[in-house]
Amino acid sequence: MNRITQFVLTDIFRNKIMIAYTALLAVFSWSAFTLENNSQKGLLTLLNIILLTVPLVSVLFSTIYIYNSSEFIELLVSQPIKRGKIWFSIFTGLSISLALAFLLGAGVPLLLYASIGMFGLVAGMGVLVSVAFTAIAFFSAIFTRDKAKGIGISVLLWLYFALLFDGLVLFLLFQFADYPIENAMVFITALSPIDLARILILLQLDISAMMGYTGAIFKQFFGTALGFSISVLLLCLWTAIPFALSLYRFQHKDL
Amino acid sequence: MIVIENLCKQFGKLQALKNVNLTLSAGACIALVGPNGCGKTTLMKSILGMALPDKGTILFDGKDIKNEFAYRSRIGYMPQIGRYPDNMTIKQVIDMIKHLRHYPENQTDKDLITRYQINDLAHKRMSTLSGGTTQKVSAVLAFLFNPDVYILDEPTAGLDPIAAEILKDKIMEEKAKGKLILISSHLLNELDELITELIFMQDGEVLFHKKTDDLRNETGEAKISKTITNMLKKQMS
Repeated sequence: MNRITQFVLTDIFRNKIMIAYTALLAVFSWSAFTLENNSQKGLLTLLNIILLTVPLVSVLFSTIYIYNSSEFIELLVSQPIKRGKIWFSIFTGLSISLALAFLLGAGVPLLLYASIGMFGLVAGMGVLVSVAFTAIAFFSAIFTRDKAKGIGISVLLWLYFALLFDGLVLFLLFQFADYPIENAMVFITALSPIDLARILILLQLDISAMMGYTGAIFKQFFGTALGFSISVLLLCLWTAIPFALSLYRFQHKDL
Repeated sequence: MIVIENLCKQFGKLQALKNVNLTLSAGACIALVGPNGCGKTTLMKSILGMALPDKGTILFDGKDIKNEFAYRSRIGYMPQIGRYPDNMTIKQVIDMIKHLRHYPENQTDKDLITRYQINDLAHKRMSTLSGGTTQKVSAVLAFLFNPDVYILDEPTAGLDPIAAEILKDKIMEEKAKGKLILISSHLLNELDELITELIFMQDGEVLFHKKTDDLRNETGEAKISKTITNMLKKQMS
């Protein structure tokens, strides 16, 4: 592991917010599983909490961290280090620590209470969503020097993906209810990393049987190995594209 | 050693550098002077690759620095206002840069660390330091790796007279080793004994770039500050 990443990691591990985040996830997960004697119900409760908090904390923590490291970045840029390496190392450091916090907080109870396959799926999705929202944070932090504006953009993006997007999908669903839009819905889901993760997990639970005809179409697509791989690939694209855009901008920025 | 050709840089509507052409050769100690906002810092940052020029090229030892980074290991840079991570101690900052540079520990130049007695302050956090102490840390970092080129942006601003004197002595020693030194400063009298060449910039343009001896001969003045006012008057008329 390179030295900048190492440095970022040691810096974040001492961070109180990171410790609080891990503890919060642990409290949520343990209570979700211990209060419900049915692990499926517990998982469902946990899923809803995870899909709200994980993106929010990832995007906010990363944005604030990038702004607070502006001095650090400036110092590194005057040293004989490639700019791309600086940006990528900070991204790796942030991603690793957010993923670790998730695995420590929510992963341990999952491993104990859910089946091993379910643990793999939820943990994998949690990590992918954390990393994707870190990338989105890099994207929103690079375009403005103003910290308040940058944080505002991140919060808006989170709001869009976590709440507004579902509202829009529901609106479309009602407006075009008379048309055969099931296949289009599969495509639209790909436009939000949170929804991708949610559907991939929901389909593995028994309740997916209750999602009606659209659910069946979803199952037909996301349930197959090919559909699953495509969705994981899409989640990775949600990391790669925002990060690549921010990297390009960073390499052409005056510091 | 450093050749700058047709360098242009624009910040929004402000043209920070207009067609700057300069040749900086090893062994020279060059003062970069001019009014505030004339592009001195932008020029220095362009050489370091921190500001990216719109047009023109900068050659370091004959190689274009665009998309290059290795050449920076041969430059010691002291920023005008050093900005460091708040929650790190002086020791951590110095150690981190040493780690990143992969520079052999026994060859580092610890001269300024001893002269500034940095070891006594090593465990202070950067956020608690005064402006002058921060400046000392910047100086230590610039001189630590025996670079061939020094780029010093207002090095003595904020330093107390004793610290400034120590820094000047250090610059003299490095100059004697035949290194290229580029200093920007407003305190011209301080530079008198130090510099061998002078670049005067105004509104992003280089008005003149001359050897100090030539300047003294042309104007008949002994003091650098006087020669500059003289030159400017001559150019006006």
